[in-house]
Amino acid sequence: MQILVNGEHFTTDANSLDELCKTLGFADAKIATAVNGSFVAATARARTRLAEADEIEIVAPRQGG
Amino acid sequence: MLELYGTEFSSRMLLGTAGYASPDLLRQAVEASGAEIVTVSLRRESARAKTGQGFWGLIEELGCRVLPNTAGCHTAKEAITTAQMARELFGTNWIKLEVIANDDTLQPEVFGLVEAAAELNADGFDVLPYTTEDLSVAERLAAAGCEVLMPWGSPIGSARGLANKTALKTLRAYFPDTPLIVDAGLGAASHAAEVMEMGYDGVLLNTAVAKAGDPVTMARGFASAIEGGRLAYEAGIVEPRDMATPSTPIAGTPFFKIDNAS
Repeated sequence: MQILVNGEHFTTDANSLDELCKTLGFADAKIATAVNGSFVAATARARTRLAEADEIEIVAPRQGG
Repeated sequence: MLELYGTEFSSRMLLGTAGYASPDLLRQAVEASGAEIVTVSLRRESARAKTGQGFWGLIEELGCRVLPNTAGCHTAKEAITTAQMARELFGTNWIKLEVIANDDTLQPEVFGLVEAAAELNADGFDVLPYTTEDLSVAERLAAAGCEVLMPWGSPIGSARGLANKTALKTLRAYFPDTPLIVDAGLGAASHAAEVMEMGYDGVLLNTAVAKAGDPVTMARGFASAIEGGRLAYEAGIVEPRDMATPSTPIAGTPFFKIDNAS
């Protein structure tokens, strides 16, 4: 299925958000996630199903003012 | 001592972590500043670069209290989701709430700001809102549960200092017991001293230090100015007056000619 990950088109067979994060190499990374504009806690990623055209945000700590 | 949401700090400077030429320069500047609170952000992570992981290591080394921001958010919903992600990522209820109206001025979008503040406060966040100096907005934010207010001095990164001193003084007078921090727009250390002399509780800055010729020395300069301004406020500043008044006693002046003396 086609989804958007951080604003870019991405093709995946991942069933869950957790699976997608692992596929992308974020298994042990310090990240936070949102699907279609809503926050998804780390503990909820495994039960969060992905659907065609979902918009995923994966963020990490960064410099800020 | 500066008290914010039940935690006390001896430094009254909150320092941003963006825009330094290198991570080492950032570390040195934070150390030189004596700041106990640093602001951070969250940004899209690249699977290849994993930039955020290295930055987090640096922040942990600094040992400062972390204040995540919602910079770049234009709506209450974006800011709320970003705050929720920040809470999980940084392990803190603290959030510097930014909802931006205009990309040229980076002016707070105060309607969305109040809306997001109310929802986040209800959700257990400790909200530090980046707002305008407008009293009516400040009142709405306080009513929404914000225990700290952070009015701007002038637009973010502009280094122009305090654009509306009268309104900032008004805010101070209307909120004598609420911690007030001027956030954004400061350029020179004297701007920070001015903020503190007005009785403000703290200063949040980033660009003025990060983009200075020598950020480490500038961090120290701001720290001194903030401390100096605070001491002056606590000591009680003499009211300005239009005419001169001699500081040296007149009595006993040599060669003083007393009128009508014979």
